Amino acid sequence: MNPVLRRTAADLAAAIRSGELTSVEVTEAFLARIEAVDDQVHAFLAVDRDRALETARRVDAKRSAGQALGPLAGVPIAVKDLLSYEGLPTTAGSRILENYRPVYNATIVQRLIDNDLVILGKTNLDEFAMGSSTETSAFGPTHNPWDLERIPGGSGGGSSAALAAFEAPLAIGTDTGGSIRQPASVTGTVGVKPTYGGTSRYGVIAMASSLDQPGPCARTVEDAALLHEVICGHDPLDSTSIDQPVPPVVEAARRADVRGMRIGVVRELGGEGYAPGVEQRFREAVEVLREAGAEIVEVSCPHFVYALPTYYLIMPAEVSSNLARYDGMRYGLRSGDDGSASVEQVMNRTRGEGFGEEAKRRIILGTYALSSGYYDAYYGSAQKVRTLISRDFEAAFAQCEVLVSPATPTTAFKLGERIDDPLAMYMADLCTIPSNLAGNASASFPCGLAPEDGLPVGFQVMAPPMADDRLYRVGAALERALTARWGGPLLDRAPDLTRSVQALVDEEK
Amino acid sequence: MDDLLDLDQVIERFDPAIGLEVHVELNTASKMWCGCSTAPGADPNTQVCPVCLGLPGSLPVVNGKAVESVIRIGLALNCDVAEWCRFSRKNYFYPDMTKDYQISQYDEPICFDGSVDLEVDGRTYVIGIERVHMEEDAGKLVHGGATGRIHDADHSLVDYNRAGVPLMEIVTRPVPGLGAEAPAVARAYMAHLRELMRALGVSDARMEQGNLRCDANISLAPKGRTELGTRTETKNVNSLRSVEAAITYEMRRQGAILSSGARVKQETRHWHEEGYTSPGRSKEQAEDYRYFPEPDLVPVAPSREWVEALRATLPEPPAGRRARLQAEWRFTDLEMRDVLGTEGALELIDATVAAGASPASARKWWLGELARRANESGAALDDLAIGPRQVAELQSLVDAGTINDKLAREVIEAVLAGEGDPAAVVEARGLAVVDDDSALSAAVEEAIAANPDVAERIRAGRVQAAGALIGAVMKQMHGRADAAKVRELILARLG
Repeated sequence: MNPVLRRTAADLAAAIRSGELTSVEVTEAFLARIEAVDDQVHAFLAVDRDRALETARRVDAKRSAGQALGPLAGVPIAVKDLLSYEGLPTTAGSRILENYRPVYNATIVQRLIDNDLVILGKTNLDEFAMGSSTETSAFGPTHNPWDLERIPGGSGGGSSAALAAFEAPLAIGTDTGGSIRQPASVTGTVGVKPTYGGTSRYGVIAMASSLDQPGPCARTVEDAALLHEVICGHDPLDSTSIDQPVPPVVEAARRADVRGMRIGVVRELGGEGYAPGVEQRFREAVEVLREAGAEIVEVSCPHFVYALPTYYLIMPAEVSSNLARYDGMRYGLRSGDDGSASVEQVMNRTRGEGFGEEAKRRIILGTYALSSGYYDAYYGSAQKVRTLISRDFEAAFAQCEVLVSPATPTTAFKLGERIDDPLAMYMADLCTIPSNLAGNASASFPCGLAPEDGLPVGFQVMAPPMADDRLYRVGAALERALTARWGGPLLDRAPDLTRSVQALVDEEK
Repeated sequence: MDDLLDLDQVIERFDPAIGLEVHVELNTASKMWCGCSTAPGADPNTQVCPVCLGLPGSLPVVNGKAVESVIRIGLALNCDVAEWCRFSRKNYFYPDMTKDYQISQYDEPICFDGSVDLEVDGRTYVIGIERVHMEEDAGKLVHGGATGRIHDADHSLVDYNRAGVPLMEIVTRPVPGLGAEAPAVARAYMAHLRELMRALGVSDARMEQGNLRCDANISLAPKGRTELGTRTETKNVNSLRSVEAAITYEMRRQGAILSSGARVKQETRHWHEEGYTSPGRSKEQAEDYRYFPEPDLVPVAPSREWVEALRATLPEPPAGRRARLQAEWRFTDLEMRDVLGTEGALELIDATVAAGASPASARKWWLGELARRANESGAALDDLAIGPRQVAELQSLVDAGTINDKLAREVIEAVLAGEGDPAAVVEARGLAVVDDDSALSAAVEEAIAANPDVAERIRAGRVQAAGALIGAVMKQMHGRADAAKVRELILARLG
């Protein structure tokens, strides 16, 4: 593998600034990697080769002209195909938007452009970010680079797989119930869901507006922090965006210091249903943090056990409304317009053909939950429980600075294993959902491979709203200690996909 | 055709209750959730952006000016202003809604519990205001095909320029006990709102342009019963006259149904300018709008300081202003009612008086010649191509004797045709009355010579016969003479 691919984003940016590497060299290396492995991984839905190289050349010219370069200038990045990016299709993984090309950039995309990052292309996802495996994507699933027969997590499996397969050093994800953290967990990468309102949702195709939050995906904690600083911050185009300074995440990641920090282990997130290897690696990581100087306490968040059913009322309710606009009238798929069909018939046929099973399931659930006569029992009650979950967090954060848990109960399961069992699929988000409901900051960091299957385990850290820097303190401390113990990054142990390609070629002979 | 009961029989047997839902299009420069212009008349789909087109990923941001306007309206309607309220989504599929939901307010309106005092024929009626809330307008559907109506259209086009324009809805409580006055009170209420919106400067409030739209709820209850009867909601009631007529019609229609022992069907009905209502969609199959709080917007929490600051900006209340103007202008009640019954007349007369004309002359022009011309062309009075300043100038020309009333009408004609201000028209067309005594004297001599018997009668003391000679002189002078002066000359010559 080209050694450039394994370098961190921070390192690549420094090399580009110093002149050791050009952005074009770096970009070409990743484009070549995508070409070499993405037919196995299928992380990308679209690769924007020409524009990426054009951006890279512009960054190199800037440097040649002696202009100052930003902290991630010239570094390639992959963007989840849920964010509007002018000039490329933005599909949300759905047939209904297969041919939709946005006419404007999401705020985050614009910030990437303004900060001279090189957008490689758009990554695969579950349809409208609904799923935990990328299997609901209308364009086929993404494969986990650790084991191509397994899921890369979801919905942001394209972004996490692109990182784990070294197809990109950075990626953008979005997290509604765990879509950044669960894929990070099962691919041995870093994924951060910032505080709700910390990153702009403008231009991010909505799944559930009160839960959706875009965030950084990376291979190291520092890289995630650098990207966090580029994409976060107030956006006047998003009313729910918080008008406060971005927490000092880069500084926190570099300090990597948890001495004296009170860390709470959430009693309710563990035990039955959790894989033994997941629990083992989690406990070991907690010990690592204790050794690094943190004070470990156990806390109880009694309402977390209701998080999943609460989420599956609020989220579909918002989905049913947010997905109404895909009606074939203005853009995207339009079915059955044979000249005699009525507007209603065209809308029905378009939505019938354009949406996949999971999208339909959630639209129907949400429509039901909001219906007259059912609203109070379902949506209304769920909002009350949501408040109770927020209060659990408040009470817990009164006792400790961060909370920790496994990021997901199991390691990557097999493609096809849960796709016909929605409830089993939903369980993948058991640990991540509470933070979406409460809107606090949360992240997943790699904490080892489960002994039973050799697959990555994720360590979830949760911090109070606008205390995102604490995630990075803990994540960086963990990363420093574990990397030393492992003798290198966890991803060094992932299979080299080019070698498996070579093996296939040899077999053919 | 519907069976209709005579109105006096309706009143004899039933108590009507009315409730009005009025949509007001605000006149903010930009839309409710984005910076797009709200200016009317632009080419279709030129005042749109990702937000008002509801493109995937776009998000709304509240127009602060619209919130301010609605709070001011609420205060002027004596409402309480919520300390905290949210927007809600009203979900329904229709191609004029770009998001297939309308952002509105549901159970947390920004203003609520107000009231309006109306004076109608010397009696005061109190109309309870239930709520005032904010929402967005939809796009405009244009149906292709022979009639432009939806049922035989072969295609439809959508113009989203109007999508996202700020709207406000004012909902009254049901008003019982109005008896035969119900239609007139409803009309007075609409006139009051129109005047209020203009005084506040928050809406152009042109009913004919759809800035002010009324849905009228009407029900009848048997005399003496306190609970309300089954109501119908009549839509498309878009002029003061229609409000009165539609309510009268529904009262008579429902009266006939109830008198026959049948029940009124709860439904939406449409008012037709031809003078009847027809059923729309039945309320039993009403859509479930699945309202829920809009998660893309944060709650609106107007501070008390701000609300009080806005209260301080309220203009003189319309009723007080009307009373003041009537006193200042020395109009009789009857004259004032004519003024108030003509859309836009009050403001125009006020402005004309401010421009220097006497109140009586201002009223004469606006309710006379100009109202007639507006009627003929189907335009609103304030849409005419002549304004208060020009009318005042016209009157000053009459007062100075430069032109007479007949010539003044010709001047109006020319001003409306775009020939310039009155003085310029008089100059350009040479319309000034002839002040030259010798020319007039010559015409008088000619008229006497041509009508010897008339002249004889005048000499005999029958002064009223002078009219015939005046007419002859005016004809001779092509109208450009001061009739009073001509009369003076004739009487001097024959007296």
